[in-house]
Amino acid sequence: MTMTRYMSVPFPDVLAFFQSGPVQVALVLSGAAAIICGTLGLFTVLRGQAFAGHALADVSSSGGAGGLLLGVSPLLGFLLSGAAGVGVLELLQSRRVAARDEAAGIMLSAGLGVTALLLHFCLTGHGANGAAQAVMFGEMFSAPPGTALWACGLAGLCLLTLVVIARPLLLASLDREMALVSGVPVRLLEVVFLLLMALGVTLAAMTVGAILATSLLIAPAAAALRLARGALMAALLAVALGLAACWGGVGLAYASYGWTPGRTWPASFFIVALLLLFYTLAALGRRT
Amino acid sequence: MNAALEVSGLSVTQGGREVLRQIGFELPRGVFCGLIGANGAGKTTLLRAILGLLPSQGAIRVGGRIGYVPQKLQLEPDMPVRARDFVALGLDGHRFGLALPSRSRTQDVDAALHAAEAEGFANQRVGQLSGGQQQRVLIAYALVRSPDLLLLDEPLANLDIKAASEIVALLKRLCATRKVSVLLSAHDINLLPAMDRILYLADGKALCGTVQDVVRTEVLSRLYGYHIDVIRVHGRILVVAGGNGREHDHDPVHVSAIP
Amino acid sequence: MSYLVEIWLAASLVALAAGAVGYVVVLRRAAFAAHALPMAAFPGAAASSLFGFSLPAGLAGFALGGAALLTLVQRSARRDSATGLLLAGFLALGALCLSLSGHYAGSVYGLLFGQVFALGPEDLPVLGLSGLCLPILLWLGLRPLVLSAMAPDLMRVQGGQPRLAELAFLALLALAAGFAVPVTGALLVFSLMLGPGATASRFCKRLETGLLFAMVIALGLVWVALGLTYMTNWPVGFFTGTGSALIYLLARLKTV
Repeated sequence: MTMTRYMSVPFPDVLAFFQSGPVQVALVLSGAAAIICGTLGLFTVLRGQAFAGHALADVSSSGGAGGLLLGVSPLLGFLLSGAAGVGVLELLQSRRVAARDEAAGIMLSAGLGVTALLLHFCLTGHGANGAAQAVMFGEMFSAPPGTALWACGLAGLCLLTLVVIARPLLLASLDREMALVSGVPVRLLEVVFLLLMALGVTLAAMTVGAILATSLLIAPAAAALRLARGALMAALLAVALGLAACWGGVGLAYASYGWTPGRTWPASFFIVALLLLFYTLAALGRRT
Repeated sequence: MNAALEVSGLSVTQGGREVLRQIGFELPRGVFCGLIGANGAGKTTLLRAILGLLPSQGAIRVGGRIGYVPQKLQLEPDMPVRARDFVALGLDGHRFGLALPSRSRTQDVDAALHAAEAEGFANQRVGQLSGGQQQRVLIAYALVRSPDLLLLDEPLANLDIKAASEIVALLKRLCATRKVSVLLSAHDINLLPAMDRILYLADGKALCGTVQDVVRTEVLSRLYGYHIDVIRVHGRILVVAGGNGREHDHDPVHVSAIP
Repeated sequence: MSYLVEIWLAASLVALAAGAVGYVVVLRRAAFAAHALPMAAFPGAAASSLFGFSLPAGLAGFALGGAALLTLVQRSARRDSATGLLLAGFLALGALCLSLSGHYAGSVYGLLFGQVFALGPEDLPVLGLSGLCLPILLWLGLRPLVLSAMAPDLMRVQGGQPRLAELAFLALLALAAGFAVPVTGALLVFSLMLGPGATASRFCKRLETGLLFAMVIALGLVWVALGLTYMTNWPVGFFTGTGSALIYLLARLKTV
C-alpha cells in the first residue's frame, strides 16, 4: 500500500531508489537481518535445528499480530513472543532429535493458533485488511524509520554475544558430552543460542515475514557451509550471500512496479527466490 | 550347494578407496564364525556386500536365505510396537497390504521368539527393553524367516560381559540345533574362543582359519599390530592385550602363512 | 442438507484423513515434512485463483509436486535445512501468485489459517473420497511404512523397497494436507496431524489400534473446535492449534 503511494510515479532511476525513505529503511533493516541470520544460521544448520528456528519464527508471528492489534511496535511483539517460544522449547526439551522436532511442532501449532486468533481480531475489529499479509509475508517498505535503528542495535548486540560464545558453542554443537566434561555450561549456552535465534528470526520476520524467516536463517549458511572451508570464511560468505539476496530482492521489488502495471511483486518473494537460487547453485557447484 | 556362503574374488570400492580386494572364503553349514579386524578394516562393508546392500565385484553365493542383525537400530520407547509385532514385521513387514492373523504366522513368530529366548518380554514395547533384550528381539527378527545364514554386525558392542556371553552361547546353540551358519563381526577378542572359525580382515584381504590357528599370540599380535597374549588355562583360552614390553622381538608370523 | 451440517461433515472428513496420516507422521519422525507439505499446497490454491483452474486440482497437484521435491532432498546430508528452504520457496511462490491475482490481502488469511465457513456442497465429494480412502490406504500400508522408517536396511534385506514406501508415504501425506488446506489453512493442517498422532503413539500398544485412536482424537478435536467456533465466532484454527498442543501436553504428563 505504502509502496504504491511513493511509487505512483515510476522511477527507473537508481538515484531515486536510494533517496526514497522507505527503501532506505528496508535496506538497513534487511541488511541487519542478513548479517545476523548469516552468522546464526551456521550454528543452526550445524546443530540440525532448522525446524526449531522455523518454529520460533512461526511462533513470533503471534507477537507480530499482537503488536498490530495493540498498536505497539511489531518488532517488540515479535521479540517477546519469540522469547516466550524459547521458554516453551526449553521446557519441552529432549535429548532425542525426533522428540525435539515433535515438541517444536507442537509449540508451532499452538503459536500459529494464537496468531490466527489475533489476526482475526485485527481483521474484524480494526478492519486492517493487510494485517495477515504484513505479519506473515513481511512489509519492510512500511516499517517506521525508528525500527531500522532498533534493528541495528539489536543486531550489534546479537553479534557481540555470538562472538563471545562462538567457540564453546561450536564445541557443544560438535560433541555435547565432550563439552560438558570440559566444563562448558552447555545448557546455558543452548538457551542463550535459542534466544539469539529468536532475535535473529525476529529481524528476519520484519524483513521477509514470519513464515519465510527461516529461509534467511538457513539458506545463506547452508550454501556457505558447502562452499567455504574454514569457519570464518563460511561466516563471511553466509553474510555476503544474505546481503546479496536481501538487497537484490529490495531492488527487484522496486523495479517490478514497471513489469505488471499497478502491482508490485512482493519483496519477500524476490529475497526467498534469490536465497533458493544461491542454495541450489552451491549444492550443484559442490557436487561436480 | 553345500556351503552356506561362498565368496570369491570379491572387491568393494568406497569413495575411491578399495576397502576389500579380491576376497575369497567359504562358510560350511552350521558353523559359528567370528569376523575380526581392526577398525576400518571393512567388517561392516563385507557384511553389507554379502547382503547386497552395497555394489561389489566378484561372486557371492548364498545357499538359502539370509537373516541380518544390523549394528545399530534406533528403537524408541514411544513406538507402539511390541517385541512380538516387531518380529512379525520380519515376516512380511516389507509388503503392502493387510497382515491377516493366521496360525502359521503366529507359530513362526513364536518359534523365532522361543529360539532367541525372547518370550519373556515379547509383549513389551520393543523400545523399552534393555540392550541385551533388544539384541535377542533383533535375533528373533532375523530368525523368523528360517534363514540358513545369519549375519550379525557387532551385536555385542554395547552389551556387558554377561549379556554378551549369553548372546554368544545362544548363537552357538542355534548353529547346532537349527543348522544355521552364523557370521558375527566383533571386536572383543575374548569371545573368539567360543567360535568354530575365525575370518579376519586386514589390508583389504581376508583369511579364514580355525580358532586354534588364529587365536595364538603371534597371529593376533601380528594382526592388530600390538602385543597380545593368548593364555591357555584350565582348558580355557584368555586373550590379554598389551603387556610385557618386548613387542615383536620374535620373528612375526606372516598372516599369509596361516592355512 | 443444512449449511452447518455440510461444514461439520467436511471438517470431520478432513480430521479422519489428517488423524490417520498424522499417526504415521509421528511413527516415521517426519514432523518437519508434514509441516512443509501443506505449504506446498498453498501456492496451488493461490495459482488456481490466478489462472482459473479448479481448486482441488491446484491443491493436489502442487502438494504432490512438493512431495516429489521432498523425496529428492530426503537423502541429502542436511535434510532439515533443505526441507525448510523448500517450505519457504513454496510460501514465497504463493505470495507472488496472490499479489499478482490482485486479492492478496483478502486471501492470505483464509489460505493460511483456514476458511471453514467458505466450504460448499461441491467440496464434499473430494473431501469424502480423501477422508475415507486415505485411512484405508494407510492401514494397508502401515507395516511397510513403519518398517521402512525404523529399519530401512532390514526391509531391503527382506526384499522390500524403502524408497518406494517413502514415496508412497509422502504422496498420501501430500493428498491429506492438500485437501485439508481449505478447512484448517496451510499453517494449521499440521496441528491436526501431530497432536493426535503423538498422543496415540504414546498410549496404544499396537500399531493398528494407534491408527484408529489417532483418528478418533482428531475427530474429537475438530468437533470441539467447530462447536467453540460456532459459539464464539473465533477462528477454527485457534481452537485446533491450541487444542492439539493441549492434548499433547496432557499425554506427555501422563507418560514419560
